[in-house]
Amino acid sequence: MTTLTEYLKEKRGEEWREDLRKKLKGKERTDIPRVHMPEQEPLERVKYQNMEVNLGLTEEQALVEASRCMDCVNPTCIDGCPVQINIPEFIKNIERKEFALAAQSLKLTSALPAVCGRVCPQEKQCEELCFYTTKLKKDPVAIGYLERFAADWERESGKMSVPECAPSNGIKIAAIGSGPASLSFAGDMAKLGYDVTVFEALHEIGGVLKYGIPEFRLPNSIVDVELDNLRSMGVKFVNNFIVGRTASFDDLKAEGFEGFFVASGAGLPRFMNIPGENYNGVMSSNEYLTRVNLMGAASDEYDTLVMRGKNVAVIGGGNTAMDSVRTAKRLGAERAMIVYRRSRIEMPARVEEVKHAEEEGVEFMNLANPVEYFADETGRVNKMRLQYMELGEPDESGRRRPVAIEGSEKDIDVDLVVVAVGVSPNPLIPSCLPDLKVSRWGTIEVGDNMQSSIPVLFAGGDIVRGGATVILAMGDGRNAAKSMHEYLSEEKK
Amino acid sequence: MNRIVEKEFFSENVVKLVVEAPLIAKARKPGNFVILRVSEKGERIPLTIAAADEQKGTITLIAQKVGVSTEKLAKMEVGDKLIDLVGPLGKATEIHKVGTILACGGGVGVAPLLPIVEGFKKAGNRVISVLAARSKDLIILEDEIRKWSDEVIIMTDDGSYGRKGLVTQGAEEIIQREKIDECIAIGPAIMMKFTALLTKKYEIPTQASLNSMMVDGTGMCGACRVTVGGKTKFTCVDGPEFDAHQIDFDEMLMRLGGYRKEEQVAFEQYCKIN
Ligand SMILES: Cc1cc2nc3c(=O)[nH]c(=O)nc-3n(C[C@H](O)[C@H](O)[C@H](O)COP(=O)(O)OP(=O)(O)OC[C@H]3O[C@@H](n4cnc5c(N)ncnc54)[C@H](O)[C@@H]3O)c2cc1C
Ligand SMILES: Cc1cc2nc3c(=O)[nH]c(=O)nc-3n(C[C@H](O)[C@H](O)[C@H](O)COP(=O)(O)OP(=O)(O)OC[C@H]3O[C@@H](n4cnc5c(N)ncnc54)[C@H](O)[C@@H]3O)c2cc1C
Ligand code: SF4
Ligand code: SF4
Ligand code: FES
Repeated sequence: MTTLTEYLKEKRGEEWREDLRKKLKGKERTDIPRVHMPEQEPLERVKYQNMEVNLGLTEEQALVEASRCMDCVNPTCIDGCPVQINIPEFIKNIERKEFALAAQSLKLTSALPAVCGRVCPQEKQCEELCFYTTKLKKDPVAIGYLERFAADWERESGKMSVPECAPSNGIKIAAIGSGPASLSFAGDMAKLGYDVTVFEALHEIGGVLKYGIPEFRLPNSIVDVELDNLRSMGVKFVNNFIVGRTASFDDLKAEGFEGFFVASGAGLPRFMNIPGENYNGVMSSNEYLTRVNLMGAASDEYDTLVMRGKNVAVIGGGNTAMDSVRTAKRLGAERAMIVYRRSRIEMPARVEEVKHAEEEGVEFMNLANPVEYFADETGRVNKMRLQYMELGEPDESGRRRPVAIEGSEKDIDVDLVVVAVGVSPNPLIPSCLPDLKVSRWGTIEVGDNMQSSIPVLFAGGDIVRGGATVILAMGDGRNAAKSMHEYLSEEKK
Repeated sequence: MNRIVEKEFFSENVVKLVVEAPLIAKARKPGNFVILRVSEKGERIPLTIAAADEQKGTITLIAQKVGVSTEKLAKMEVGDKLIDLVGPLGKATEIHKVGTILACGGGVGVAPLLPIVEGFKKAGNRVISVLAARSKDLIILEDEIRKWSDEVIIMTDDGSYGRKGLVTQGAEEIIQREKIDECIAIGPAIMMKFTALLTKKYEIPTQASLNSMMVDGTGMCGACRVTVGGKTKFTCVDGPEFDAHQIDFDEMLMRLGGYRKEEQVAFEQYCKIN
């Protein structure tokens, strides 16, 4: 077997890549400034919940950006990508205008490039380890933008390649949950000839990609194309079906299912357990985003309602917090505030989302933490009490721990508070499988091959990692498919 | 799937629907509920499974018209399909033999009470049911409850049927008359609050089934949270039944009113169009 390094070297040695490298001098490449992503005007985009903010690179922009990539001998960028996309290979294909080949190359390792190109925290992954960042101290090659470009090009060209599937082996496999982990798992298993059914508790397929991440960042149509693609590969989707409730694992086994992949996500919202948190107008980001994204509450045509506020505070500094605060802005908030207990640089959200939020007029209250909420006589929240913090010694995560400043409390008028301080693993599946080993945080314990303590049951994504990322969930799905295939093949011998 | 096979109005505002749902019919237990959507742009609403027929693969839902979604539901006809139906949700009622059960149902709360009354009777308990409503035409499922009760007392606010008075009056007489081992109360939050206060006075363990606001019904959103014994619980996964003496009913009543203004506007708009 060739190692990854050998494989990369071999691909890099192909004639077309050598020719391409000679086309421009290194200095000419590194002198090109990083491309700017064209965006909707902030004042315009905040009027619409569904208007995508990033417009995508034009072909010209993509060609120039692709030529910045040095096609390094030692492409460190790949080490930063959790699924090890062959980054120079796809970028060089863009440079020589073979966009279809670029897309195909992405698909060798990533099941959802159009999604990851939009939502990966690139600045902390591939782009952080790009030669430009590490050696030249310049802006990295815009790997994420280029990934999106190639994937979008393929979709818009109407020439989506449906991956070849092995002849059906008739073995029934159940994937539980329909987020990115399951989708990538289902795709790989279908390619191997398995008969895959994806079960989803909600009425929509897509997991967080549909109910959590808003359309101004990830249009539903992008996810739907991927779903159609999977359908054409024979994957079946069943919505409104809660495994463990609508039917048990034993029921599914009796139906002939032989392998299970649990990717039920980290659906349980955390609250802070502070006084007043149950007043009306204080809600979890899951509730807020679900009402708007899944249930269409922003539009009058839908029956679902969502509370609107003039002064909206969102507690937290992650992607979920940014999505919530920007949604509040779009639903008409005059003041939309982020309240985060650490400083700006520690915010876990993607840098681009923070920048977009700021352009849209979001206020940042850093080093502050709510300690109590107050309400009017009807029980609707009308004030929050903030306590200010300073940064102390680093904690186990390496980030400096916020410490409360005595006597620094301040009351601020709010009529809507969205709590986005994290999620815990969905406890439903572990609770109905007593033999399943779970950690003390409630995550399912798996080995390197994603196999759980129950041999026919594999797991991945947020139910294994706690709250993580789309790309990691997707990588787990692929890893699990490979391992389950090996396991079942061995069993059948 | 999810075709409506039977429909009957119990009163102008209370409708019974029998719906095809073979898996749910098989898996459900007393106390479970479903979440459904009436149409493509509809909201997700929770309704208790009042009865189920495993052979026919159907479940029975009983809904009271209170707003847009229940209004739309009541307009659906036999043969129509619910676009979404998911369940069974919630923890099942803990049914065991304890002796004598006092079952109090208010208004449409009698629907979720029915399978519980049936369960306790089948488990060998003596069951006394008190059904209460504002007036005669709002008393539902009387015959079905009678089938599984040793005694049934009917109370109406206006005295148009049974005895005049509130559910708590009927209940207190029974409690004074004989030893009650356990009580279960289902109905409007305010009715459950006062029933809980009554049974607390007599130290009778009491369960109440809460009808909080819900979105997903799977523990994902927290819209359904209530305070029980000083701790926040999610009604959809930790409930819907809780120890009634521990529930913060005042907070629950406040939370139920959270969308009242918006709901009224939506309802008025809906009525204008239709
Ligand atoms: C608002 C928000 C924004 C985010 N932004 C980003 C971002 O920008 N970049 C990024 O990389 N990551 C982001 N994330 C994180 C990322 O979305 C998750 O890490 C990822 O979706 C996890 O995928 P998953 O497949 O494990 O599960 P999920 O996407 O959580 O899907 C799990 C699905 O399983 C279903 N389910 C649960 N139990 C059952 C059951 N018993 N039977 C049937 N179905 C069941 C659930 O209903 C759900 O639909 C964000 C998350 C949120 C909430
Ligand atoms: C676990 C559970 C089981 C339930 N079982 C049943 C059942 O078997 N039969 C039945 O008729 N109803 C039941 N309900 C209540 C039912 O879900 C609501 O009446 C319904 O969602 C209202 O929707 P709507 O759009 O018609 O009215 P909305 O427009 O949402 O509300 C209209 C009015 O009703 C009030 N209201 C809203 N929700 C509730 C509620 N949950 N309880 C009391 N008042 C409310 C509002 O304050 C408002 O004034 C149950 C609720 C839960 C949580
Ligand atoms: S999948 Fe994410 S980390 Fe990997 S190359 Fe694409 S943007 Fe970078
Ligand atoms: S490290 Fe940067 S320049 Fe080098 S191959 Fe990767 S993307 Fe291109
Ligand atoms: S309804 Fe969403 S958590 Fe209970």
